[in-house]
Amino acid sequence: MSGIGERIRNGQLWKSIFRVGIPSDRRSRLQVILHNFFLHLHPTRVARSGLKMTYTFCLGGISAFLFILLTITGVFLMFYYVPEVGRAYSDMKDIGFVVPFGRVMRALHRWAAHGMVITVILHMLRVALTGSYKPPREFNWVIGVSLLVLTLLLSFTGYLLPWDQLAFWAITVGTNMAAAVPVAGHDGPFHEVAGVAVDNDVRYALLGGIEVGPNALIRFYVLHCVALPLIAVVLMGVHFWRVRKDGGISRPL
Amino acid sequence: MAESPVRSEGAAREGDRSGTASVPMVEVWPNLVFIELVAMVLVTAGLVAFSLVVEAPLEGMADPGYTPAVAKAPWYFVGLQELLVYFDPWIAGVMVPGIIIVGLMAIPYLDRNPAGTGRYAFRQRPLAWIAFLSGMALWFGLIAIGEFARGPHWAWYWPGESWDVQKPAQPPSWDLPLGWGIAAVGSYLAAGLALPAVLFPAFRRQLGTVRYLLAMSLLLGLFSIPLKILLRLVFGIHYVVATDWFNI
Ligand code: HEM
Repeated sequence: MSGIGERIRNGQLWKSIFRVGIPSDRRSRLQVILHNFFLHLHPTRVARSGLKMTYTFCLGGISAFLFILLTITGVFLMFYYVPEVGRAYSDMKDIGFVVPFGRVMRALHRWAAHGMVITVILHMLRVALTGSYKPPREFNWVIGVSLLVLTLLLSFTGYLLPWDQLAFWAITVGTNMAAAVPVAGHDGPFHEVAGVAVDNDVRYALLGGIEVGPNALIRFYVLHCVALPLIAVVLMGVHFWRVRKDGGISRPL
Repeated sequence: MAESPVRSEGAAREGDRSGTASVPMVEVWPNLVFIELVAMVLVTAGLVAFSLVVEAPLEGMADPGYTPAVAKAPWYFVGLQELLVYFDPWIAGVMVPGIIIVGLMAIPYLDRNPAGTGRYAFRQRPLAWIAFLSGMALWFGLIAIGEFARGPHWAWYWPGESWDVQKPAQPPSWDLPLGWGIAAVGSYLAAGLALPAVLFPAFRRQLGTVRYLLAMSLLLGLFSIPLKILLRLVFGIHYVVATDWFNI
């Protein structure tokens, strides 16, 4: 048995994909991290204290993993969903009743999204309570705050897509806040000064109209499925890279 | 690449005094990779199990003509929605979230206390812990009120209380006279900025005047929110300062 495994791992095919064999000694254990694209996000070695479950509680890693799960389930949902006012809601019904595994995929996407909001907040709490934003990690904290905002925006834009009563009114309430922006919102202080009205304020720009309608649906869809995930991926890349460049996970001085 | 596997991730900048040489290090493979794998499997299993049992909600189709009894934002924004009870929309919905985001980003540049880094050390950094935990408690307290204690017209309904009972959207309340209000806010700010500097001069000196004033303003802003809520809910004070342009 082990003979076959050995031959596969030493064969041309395996080596062409993984570049190194299964690590056996210390040197190859360091190499496997350096020579693999995905593992290369990691440092080769970490402080033993950083591995303790009760230090990070894996919260950053779980946030990142939930993002991956959301991408997978989200792509699945995109196969069946059309962001058009007349269709979106019936597509949701189809996903729940007709599409194979549709119901569980939608539930997974929904609960993973709520879960990610929670784990990102808890991750921030862990970083704050361990003082892990101290130099040289200040800027990675700033990137983290941007990631928190992005996570909330991702969740918020997704909230509209089912086009049910819950979605419609939650987004109506939420986007009404944009009308309160001073000067630039039609309900905000000093909006008269700039000649801002209901059909040319920031809320109008956000919704593509004076109320939540077809234009808002397509805007939220594109933001949710393309623009915000792209920004999030880039920021996460920088975030992970900075964790390494700042000397790995923080530890007692 | 000229990356030496052992030292390459070392201290990147001067500020990091935790050089790699002195701390016990372990290989990422298999130590960390294994933990990550276990975490991924557990999270996936838990989520799949949960999703098989609990369906994602789907109500009736969106109908702009039919307003539900109460429209609530997604839970993470319900705290801001609850703030609308106590503050003007541009304060609750624009200024407060804006200050929260900028204030969060500013934390590393304001908290310069090097003690207690890299572990959960309340004793070494009590102020940072109290400030951060207060902010979180406020956020989630407001979410809990908005989610569970608000009914039609955003009136207060205890969890389980019937929404059929009619309630006035806002119980009767009164504004402080303008002079009193300005005096109250002024003394809150003056006392809040001056007292800590007088009581803990070393603390102010360590921070420097600019950092001290910024940090204290953020803290005073944070604590003014529960204070205002208490004034409203307990004493029925609608606005402390009521003017034609803004109310607080
Ligand atoms: C999409 C959201 C986020 C993801 C996927 C993410 C991921 C991670 C991961 C995997 C780590 C490595 C250590 C760990 O797991 O704790 C980390 C560290 C860190 N994160 Fe995040 N993070 C996110 C959001 C945030 C937020 C909201 C903040 C703070 C406001 C933040 C600040 C930091 C800092 C300062 C570190 C370095 C901690 C240390 O050295 O101990 N991150 N992040």
